[in-house]
Amino acid sequence: MSKRKVGAAHMPVGECITQVQEILRQRFCRQRVPDRPGGVEAQHKHLLGLLKRTAVHGESNSVLIVGPRGAGKTMLLKCVLRDLMEEKEVQKNLLQVHLNGLLQTDDRIALKEITRQLSLENVVGDKVFGSFSENLVFLLEALKKGDRSSSRPVLFVLDEFDLFAHHKNQTLLYNLFDVSQSAQTPIAVVGLTCRLDVLELLEKRVKSRFSHRQIHLLSSLTFPQYLERVQTQLSLPDDFPDENFAQNWNSSIKAVCEDKSVRDVLQRHFNSSKDHRTMNMLLMLCLSRVSVSKPTIKPADVLEASRMCFSDAKANMLHGLSILELCLIIAMKHLNDIYEGEPFNLQMVHNEFKKFLHRKSSSMYNFEQPVIMKAFEHLQQLELIRPVDGSSAKTQREYQLMRLMLDHSQIMEALQKYPQCPTDVKQWAMSAFG
Amino acid sequence: MVVVVLGAPGTILRSVMRSKMTALLQQPGYEEERLQRVAEKLPCRDVQAGLLLSLMGQPQQYSFPSIFIYGHRASGKSHVLQVLLKELELPHATVSCVECVSVVLLFEQVLLSFFGCDAASLLPRSPSLSDFVRVYRQQCSQSPAKQTRYIVMEKAELLRDTDANLLPALLRLQELVEDNVTVILLSEIVWDKFRPNTGCFEPLLLHFPDYSKGELQQILSQDRHPSYSAEFYSSYINILLGVFYSVCRDLRELRHLAALNFSKFCEPLAEGKVKDTDTHKLWRNIEPHLKKAMQTVYLREVSSLQWEQMQQMEEKETGTVRGLSAHTHVELPYYSKFLLIAAYLASYNPARTDKRFFVKHHGKIKKTNFLKKNEKTSNHLLGPKPFPLDRLLAIFYSVVDSRVAPTASIFSQISSLVTLQLLTKVSQGDLLDAPKFKCAVSLDFICAISRTVNFEILKYLYDFL
Repeated sequence: MSKRKVGAAHMPVGECITQVQEILRQRFCRQRVPDRPGGVEAQHKHLLGLLKRTAVHGESNSVLIVGPRGAGKTMLLKCVLRDLMEEKEVQKNLLQVHLNGLLQTDDRIALKEITRQLSLENVVGDKVFGSFSENLVFLLEALKKGDRSSSRPVLFVLDEFDLFAHHKNQTLLYNLFDVSQSAQTPIAVVGLTCRLDVLELLEKRVKSRFSHRQIHLLSSLTFPQYLERVQTQLSLPDDFPDENFAQNWNSSIKAVCEDKSVRDVLQRHFNSSKDHRTMNMLLMLCLSRVSVSKPTIKPADVLEASRMCFSDAKANMLHGLSILELCLIIAMKHLNDIYEGEPFNLQMVHNEFKKFLHRKSSSMYNFEQPVIMKAFEHLQQLELIRPVDGSSAKTQREYQLMRLMLDHSQIMEALQKYPQCPTDVKQWAMSAFG
Repeated sequence: MVVVVLGAPGTILRSVMRSKMTALLQQPGYEEERLQRVAEKLPCRDVQAGLLLSLMGQPQQYSFPSIFIYGHRASGKSHVLQVLLKELELPHATVSCVECVSVVLLFEQVLLSFFGCDAASLLPRSPSLSDFVRVYRQQCSQSPAKQTRYIVMEKAELLRDTDANLLPALLRLQELVEDNVTVILLSEIVWDKFRPNTGCFEPLLLHFPDYSKGELQQILSQDRHPSYSAEFYSSYINILLGVFYSVCRDLRELRHLAALNFSKFCEPLAEGKVKDTDTHKLWRNIEPHLKKAMQTVYLREVSSLQWEQMQQMEEKETGTVRGLSAHTHVELPYYSKFLLIAAYLASYNPARTDKRFFVKHHGKIKKTNFLKKNEKTSNHLLGPKPFPLDRLLAIFYSVVDSRVAPTASIFSQISSLVTLQLLTKVSQGDLLDAPKFKCAVSLDFICAISRTVNFEILKYLYDFL
């Protein structure tokens, strides 16, 4: 299993693979900050300059970073912060407060968190605040007391910025922007959001205090760039302990990326989404197939991983239904075809199913109404069918109106894959009219 | 009948599977012995276990921040995870979302399993997500993860009903707490139904396919009591699957049914009537019994205790065993029965046909005219229609035999029928003088009722003419 050791730089394959897994998993799963921001240099420069002005010259700023999910907003910010922290002056000067809209769900919690992150707890500790506003006033006092020259600048990072706009009266945002507008303690407010219409959410008085500076991260990635990114993401760095192995690995990755079938698959992924996260998911699935006995990524792995990514979840679920439940689904499909998507109830479905059984005149699927009811309820539990709003609990269960949540093609695809599907059921599904 | 074949081929299959299994479950960083044990505990789920293990990687390596596993009920989602995490002794917290009536319980459970009970007590009285993350980070800085920590959320579909930000936060928990932690969500509903409005961190989707018939047979056969031979038991399972497989593929339910009915299957054997190899006779004996079980036990109309009692009863006297589904037990006053019948007729017959049914000399109504069959669907498909009180009473007076005065007792019987939920009141404002009703009973029920008062209801129903 292990290669013979030739030089100091050689490691057994097992250890190499462990290293590879370690390095690449760091990249795909931990969202490790890359050395240089790829594709967003202009935005990086802009943001870095802005924050530097706050940190060094004490100039207050507010900015929003807007971009779809997985576009690299957090990555950009982390990159900027890392570069910013390299300067000594900034390092000892700048205070950071990180808030997340998912965690700080109202202003009271947010205020507590700010206090904690600024390590003002001991100052606040012996004071008793009557209300939220008093607490806020105290904190603001602490912030306001300073002026541009003497006090330390504070950086506020608000992740999921749009959620903060839902807080009552938007008090926190109002006050933060208000401080950033006036010549008080220098603060920089950086909001990250995926909503393009985020400014519409802000109240007028909040909006007018915001600097209206926005950094857009709308990916303009082309396919060759996408391919290149896949390759760099999978490649090993130069400082990998075993040079020989790294070279082999990198050249094999290059070969994979040039493979025709892999390119087709990646093109498909590129067309559906070009964000980092989806790509990482695909690459992670490829990586998980690498083992000691198979120490490279082969085109087949990419194809398999992409098949997993693209598999239709609902069709997968249909595969596991019992034959009775499948028959009910087909009956619903026919009802949908006949009545052009009007909702249906259990009685209609059962009737449609009975028509099919009459034509076949076999007793194989003769089930009692309660058994069919149970199957129907199971489908409802799986949310493959859904009650129409408004038809309340007052109607009997068998007359409750339902809608089918499946597509025609999904049903057909599932039927093709269904294990040991009886031919007559298949034909029934194919036939144009029930 | 396909009963005869199994037994010997199955054992061969199993040994082949086993050798394949150990080949699949290989992952550096874990002891060979343990992996072997895991493989033995997970029959027919070797592919899934292998995939999951390779995604998890070595204990100290990072894993994907959130993994979403979906598949039908009893397709081994929780089982595979539990066996993997327990046997390999990985740090994990298992939370069932059914138990977590409030998020506090969820937070406590996670902190408890990762950091011990001191950590859980650090949470304030009604903790928010922010508090949880704060405590977690604080604890985690004291005892950083040497191995990936796993949080398993069972029945994750219930997370949708809690705070809107809980699910998105859990999905990116690794980023929020900056720890080597992976959240695994288990559900039987597809991911598309989970995605919040503004999107969230997309988890890695994994599908656990259902067990095939052969696999079900293999797993169920393992429950055999040692006093019976393997072939005998697997032929029983085969018969059971023959009856139930087309309706139910839930392993747990099948297992329950198998355990309940096995004694009946063995009965002829104990009496010495049949040899255990004579599968045909055994099948003849058990098949009607299983069909009856489908109508009763499977629908939960009788409990398993009742079912066992019924089986013993049957030995003494072969009386008809009825499920509780026969609604003949409902006893109503004489006039209430007629009121209910009248309500049923009013609900399911169009009003224009009342003349034809209830007026003695209705003149000539052409049959072809009367039966407008271009109305596509019958009323028994669409459900009951609402009707006014006047119509109910008019029909009532013409169906009941004797003359009845419209006394208060009749009206009170109507309202008690509403309380029994046999009629429902259609709420349209507060119309005191002209309330509208709907009949809420099934055809079987009303047939049973009308039989007790010798009323042939089918003759009066428009749908059955």
